[in-house]
Amino acid sequence: MKKTIITVVGKDTVGIIARVCTYLADNQINILDISQTIVQGFFNMMMIVDTNLTKKDFGMIVDELEKLGEEIGVVIKCQKEEIFDQMHRI
Amino acid sequence: MINLFEVAETNEMIAKENLDVRTITLGISLLDCIDADLAKVNEKVYQKITSVAKDLVKTGDAIEKEFGIPIVNKRISVTPMALIGGAACRSKEDFVTLAKTMDQAAEAVGVNLIGGYSALVSKGMTGADELLIRSIPEALHNTQRVCSSVNLGSTKTGINMDAVRLMGDIIKETAEISAEKDSADCMKLVVFCNAPDDNPFMAGAFHGVTEADAVINVGVSGPGVVKTALTRVRGENFEVLCETIKKTAFKVTRVGQLVAQEASRMLGIPFGIVDLSLAPTPAIGDSVADILCEIGLEYAGAPGTTAALALLNDQVKKGGVMASSYVGGLSGAFIPVSEDQGMIGAVTAGALTLEKLEAMTCVCSVGLDMIAIPGDTPNTTIAGIIADEMAIGMVNQKTTAVRIIPAIGKSVGEKVEFGGLFGYAPIMPVNPFSCEAFVNRGGRIPAPIHSFKN
Repeated sequence: MKKTIITVVGKDTVGIIARVCTYLADNQINILDISQTIVQGFFNMMMIVDTNLTKKDFGMIVDELEKLGEEIGVVIKCQKEEIFDQMHRI
Repeated sequence: MINLFEVAETNEMIAKENLDVRTITLGISLLDCIDADLAKVNEKVYQKITSVAKDLVKTGDAIEKEFGIPIVNKRISVTPMALIGGAACRSKEDFVTLAKTMDQAAEAVGVNLIGGYSALVSKGMTGADELLIRSIPEALHNTQRVCSSVNLGSTKTGINMDAVRLMGDIIKETAEISAEKDSADCMKLVVFCNAPDDNPFMAGAFHGVTEADAVINVGVSGPGVVKTALTRVRGENFEVLCETIKKTAFKVTRVGQLVAQEASRMLGIPFGIVDLSLAPTPAIGDSVADILCEIGLEYAGAPGTTAALALLNDQVKKGGVMASSYVGGLSGAFIPVSEDQGMIGAVTAGALTLEKLEAMTCVCSVGLDMIAIPGDTPNTTIAGIIADEMAIGMVNQKTTAVRIIPAIGKSVGEKVEFGGLFGYAPIMPVNPFSCEAFVNRGGRIPAPIHSFKN
């Protein structure tokens, strides 16, 4: 299974996780793991998700999540896991 | 499993430290386009490039989205055109039609540069090689995207001094024909010693005759990432310094390897090499000179610069080699002047001279790159500068190159502006003493003794 990493960074506010999760649920994207911290008022979340069931093109999900981030006032990035795996694991 | 900090580190490199993949270069062999009829060669060249590269830009954009890493350039390199046009071209004008065809094909597939308007003349020139070389000023002037390179020497063959002398004239002519735009055509022209067949970087990229029909080569970049990593080890000893560069180079190169493999898979074209070069841009924080300063120099060019650069270059390679299954191209730190804000600053401050740059090219790739000199520099002096650089490459069994811009109508103290990735360059003084009698001797310099290894 190919995994995807979604990162959300920005000023903390009510409902960030809810809105991101709603989008993912609406698009058949399954969440495998979530880790989240708040550093000096800054919201920092990483999700590992499975995009195999979604009907949408990967590029479209990237664009829509970016747009959702703009609406909430945070930065949302969606990247295939390999880039992190390659860089940090031998 | 990957953790939050690792993800944050990677994204920080991309967002704040200018980590990117500098180029995906698709090498295309045009050997099957050779024909005695010029119109047919042109047609075949256009067809081959536009069919093999039709999905290149789209694929690059898709990979960019998948991994969230910018892929700055998608480019094409082709078989040296002197070989392809040799049977059909009877005049300089004939060769220029091939350059125009390359330009149109590049435009059709949406790439910003295409390399391979080239001749390999390290030992001698064929009639076609000479015609192509003489057509370079006209070819570059009448195209937007075409890059030209000439290999003038190698460790195995020595240096073709007739061709070196000729290139002195050709570079000047290229500058003169584009005088109204700061002699900018010279940016697309480079001469080499020991030119690699699989270099993905322009202006020197061409698809060597030893290569497969089509191949994907990738150039990564990350001076900003190395610089930032080094700010965390200020004052530490050389062991710590070198380890830090090595680890950072490993991470940067892994990204290149991933992108190369993905591009190869999506396009159905074999993966060739990852080029480990640290390639700067004029953007703030994307400078090789800044790394040298971080290592401990006030300016690039200060005493100690050559040693610092040697160390940097070596550690980048040591880290990068393990990160990629195939490494090739130029693989080293680039030290262009106009494309690196820190180098421009060093020249402006008077810290960096042409002679010091020449010394630096002994320990890194690639050579005297993007250097503006006064427009009234004699052709023979340009040839002399080239000969020096070729000798360094020949004796040290490494690639060296010269991409020099005689700024017509301008002199020391002024600058030339190229814009975008090419930046601007202050005009550097050139040693005023003549080498005319030397370069006018004719013939070639024999290969050095240590090339006879059989």
